[in-house]
Amino acid sequence: MEFEPKILGFLCNWCSYAGADLAGVSRIQYPPSLRVIRVMCSGRVDPSFVIQALKTGLDGVIVMGCHLGDCHYIDGNYEAEMKFATLQKLLEPTGLVNRIRLEWVSASEGVRFGEVIKDFTEQIRSLGPSPLRDKENSKPLIEDLNAMEDVVQNFRLRALIARERKITESGNIYERIIPIKNYQEILTEALKSEFIRSKIYLKLKSEPLSVKELSRRLALESSNVLKQVVVLRQRGKVALDRVEGVTPYYTAIGV
Amino acid sequence: MNEEVRIGIFICHCGTNIGGVIDCPELTAYATTLPNVVFAQDNLYTCSEAGLAQIKKGIEEYNLNRVIVASCSPRTHEPLFRATCQEKGVNPYLFDFVNIRDQCSWVHMHEPEKATEKAKDLIRMGVSRAYHLQSLEKNYVDINSSALIIGGGIAGITAALNLAKRGFEVIIIEKNEQLGGLLNNLNKLFPAQETASNLLKVRDEVFKHENIKIYTSTTIKAVEGFVGNFNIRISTGDEDVQLKVGVIIVATGANVFEPVGMFGYDGEKVITQFQLERLFKEGAFNANQVVMIQCVGARTEERTYCSAVCCMSALKNAKIIQELNPNAQITILHRDIYSPGTEYEKYYREAREKGICFIKYSLEKLPFVEEDSVRVFNHYIQEEVTIPSDLVVLSTPLIAYNDSKEVAQLLKVPRDEYGFFLEAHVKLRPVDFATDGIFVCGCAHWPKDVNETISQAYAAASRASTILSHKTLEVEGAVAKVNESLCVGCGVCMKLCPYDAITRSEEGLAYVRAVVCKGCGLCGASCPSQAITILHFTNDQILAQIGVVMEGK
Repeated sequence: MEFEPKILGFLCNWCSYAGADLAGVSRIQYPPSLRVIRVMCSGRVDPSFVIQALKTGLDGVIVMGCHLGDCHYIDGNYEAEMKFATLQKLLEPTGLVNRIRLEWVSASEGVRFGEVIKDFTEQIRSLGPSPLRDKENSKPLIEDLNAMEDVVQNFRLRALIARERKITESGNIYERIIPIKNYQEILTEALKSEFIRSKIYLKLKSEPLSVKELSRRLALESSNVLKQVVVLRQRGKVALDRVEGVTPYYTAIGV
Repeated sequence: MNEEVRIGIFICHCGTNIGGVIDCPELTAYATTLPNVVFAQDNLYTCSEAGLAQIKKGIEEYNLNRVIVASCSPRTHEPLFRATCQEKGVNPYLFDFVNIRDQCSWVHMHEPEKATEKAKDLIRMGVSRAYHLQSLEKNYVDINSSALIIGGGIAGITAALNLAKRGFEVIIIEKNEQLGGLLNNLNKLFPAQETASNLLKVRDEVFKHENIKIYTSTTIKAVEGFVGNFNIRISTGDEDVQLKVGVIIVATGANVFEPVGMFGYDGEKVITQFQLERLFKEGAFNANQVVMIQCVGARTEERTYCSAVCCMSALKNAKIIQELNPNAQITILHRDIYSPGTEYEKYYREAREKGICFIKYSLEKLPFVEEDSVRVFNHYIQEEVTIPSDLVVLSTPLIAYNDSKEVAQLLKVPRDEYGFFLEAHVKLRPVDFATDGIFVCGCAHWPKDVNETISQAYAAASRASTILSHKTLEVEGAVAKVNESLCVGCGVCMKLCPYDAITRSEEGLAYVRAVVCKGCGLCGASCPSQAITILHFTNDQILAQIGVVMEGK
């Protein structure tokens, strides 16, 4: 039987959901791959929703909003765009990045709605089923996604993303405007280190481990692991569990 | 959740629109297998009287506390089904919609089996969400039926008078000593050559009107509150006064650009159109050879916009000069002439017919003003010409007042890059700000002539009265809500909210003013502490939908 992709769509109430309704009224035919969750604004889509959706084994996730400048809530879709860009950066090393998409479809673009869904479905079809449909053989990927979910729920990171426009357009608290390029570099760097921290944290949540063991399991330089463990200790997320011989073992604490 | 969740599902055939593609009886049978579903039924038309009666009967017989209709679109039919639920004592927010027509049967007409499978997924998602739905209440707040108008120019006084005549209390504050704004300095107005002071006679009506209170030499100091309930502090110079109003109209006008250092501007032999108006008013005009230069300080790199009134002002003043001195030679140096519409274009034609000379110049080769003449490179004949002159008049644009920034910050409304106030939507909400209850009219918005200003003032007054004419305001239940035990008061949400609905509480935490919140959910998706719940679109509800998508075959 031919692979029939299953795609989840987050559609904003005012533009893309209305565009989807118009596609129906116009009897535009598109593949039966899409399952829709209606939200009021594309800016409502928390990045963690997309990661959780991918974890269920969905073959693709699409976020749809009003065209930039036409947002019912003035500029909610700009926030959606930033959140999505963060997701792309996070998912890039996994290849799942090709399974997510952001599109703007207005309430009058019924035809375009059909085209977008058709196009995305074909893209997913060519990629084949999500590797996460096979839970047994995708454990490392699931671990990565768990860490990413932890990252996008991280206070510092969420604050950094939410303040992007403020920081790059009207200036930070010192009224200094950070050029968007520098901001992007900061964000990329933050995502990378937070991802490693989250992976360490989740490993330590299941059992206390030494730095050496952590670096072996995560295939990372032990100096890097040590550095992140120190940061996690400072944040009060990791504590010393015990010392065996001269080797300290760490454990995750708190929520 | 103490109460047992009892879900009822009503699946609509919509004649053959759904039933002709999707196997509705199979879908109904499937629905009964889902958790917490105690009743499922398919109807020919769920939105018909008979269909609605079935919903009511279902609620009664099965003691339903969640109702799902699987049919068309919530965008068209949600209010109807919600009202039906409410009639039978089920909170309208405990109703959920599953779209199996517009987004399923109609778009998969040739794949009935796959459409049925998709509909099952959608219903499963709906049931999963319905389990987590919460009752919400709509609230009501009182509306103060008076208006504050900031700015007592022709825009402000027109809006004020209009609202006062509708029976609302109006307060005008004006930073200058007298009302009238720019019109005080103008001589005559195009295209009817009406005397500006005639138009300002409405001031007398404003002074006399019992519903209007005027504060001159007064500025605005602080603004708090929200639509229907603004608390405002103004300063009259001697004292601060507290006002309570329901709406605010921004009619702060615009200033005239003074072309210091341009084209030999000296205020005597080289003057602005604005100064020329004053010469006319004072009867002090005396010149034989007049050269006018258009777009001085407008449509340039630093100020790209067209000021919209200068072409017509120049034409009008040229005509007046001809009347005062029939022998005068008038030349208008322009880059383009803007005279839209039937009246203005006719006015322009007449000016040409009366012998006013028009020469087009380019931004690359600007005219040069000398002692008794103006040299200009004539764009059409590609040659430099020298025009004798004893008076040069520069047409300069209207620019935003410097203090428009303060007003914008106090009201928390946006301005464009030139400092003019920015409306919520150029076509759909042309005199509204995104913030409910605040409106804009006149040149504060962008340069416009008196006709347009007055029309816009009527528009703003009319929009304002759509709020003032109500006693109370309905507050939507589906808004953001802060979990105070998680909030750390970082302030991210306060800056993000497009409506300024979130303020800092006395404890320093985020506080959502439900009246102002539109429920977009931006704050919830961004809150670093994940302390904000978006009611009716909570994380639980959305994750419940996500969680079951892949459970089908």
